[in-house]
Amino acid sequence: MSLAFILDIVSWGLLSAGGAFVFIGGLGALRMPDLYTRMHAASVTDTIGPALIIGGIILQAGLTLASVKLVAILLFLLLTGPTASNALASASLLAGNRPEYAQALTEDESQ
Amino acid sequence: MKPDRFHSPHARMATLLVMLVIAWLLWSGLFKPLLLGLGLFSCTLTFLLVRRMGYFDNEFFALRFSMKLLGYWAWLAREIYRSSLQVARVVLDPSLPISPRTIDIKSTSGHLVDQVILANSITLTPGTLALDLHEGIIKVHTLTEAGAHDLLSGEMDRRVDALRDG
Repeated sequence: MSLAFILDIVSWGLLSAGGAFVFIGGLGALRMPDLYTRMHAASVTDTIGPALIIGGIILQAGLTLASVKLVAILLFLLLTGPTASNALASASLLAGNRPEYAQALTEDESQ
Repeated sequence: MKPDRFHSPHARMATLLVMLVIAWLLWSGLFKPLLLGLGLFSCTLTFLLVRRMGYFDNEFFALRFSMKLLGYWAWLAREIYRSSLQVARVVLDPSLPISPRTIDIKSTSGHLVDQVILANSITLTPGTLALDLHEGIIKVHTLTEAGAHDLLSGEMDRRVDALRDG
């Protein structure tokens, strides 16, 4: 088995796992009952999904300038994603959309 | 808290401007007049926007990098992996076993940048979502009760607080 073949297999695994997480995130966004719980499912799609997929592409690109740019893309995604999520959640709260499915932690639970 | 390396706002402005120009040149790698002009325009616009946002005021300035941050990212990556699997399990379970909670997380560090790092880390981790940050208290929505307890253990807050000293 050549090194290139092993790299292909690992890269294939990362890409498939990333694709699976993106699919699960989409499925979750459909199944969840309200905006806030949907956002939890969607955050699988914008954290571990792209991390695995970009990791898989980097293995294909090898030690090139393209890989450096891919790492930068992932970094920017991970830094700006939460900012967008916070803006969405704050806007929803300000618009009076209470997280009605959520309860505050009750007394006996917080023990 | 150690003294700021960037004493005057002007030093901070110059640092950011130089970094923006270098980043543009490295990313594009093209030196045609049109692209250089666009680069100059982008850098100037970014500079003016962040100045308007008060980025060069002391409490917001966040151009700091330390080796400790790499260690924190490694820990955060493990957390993201762990909670992604938990959320995936919830989504794929036919009974959809969610138990949403809202909790308040107090940030130990009084520094605004640390509080933003903590809130963003909470949002990045699937299953927990920062709703609001006000005076060091972060309102968090969690998908499950177990996720709320995880966060209340305060490990993330301790790690963020440890980033600053050293």
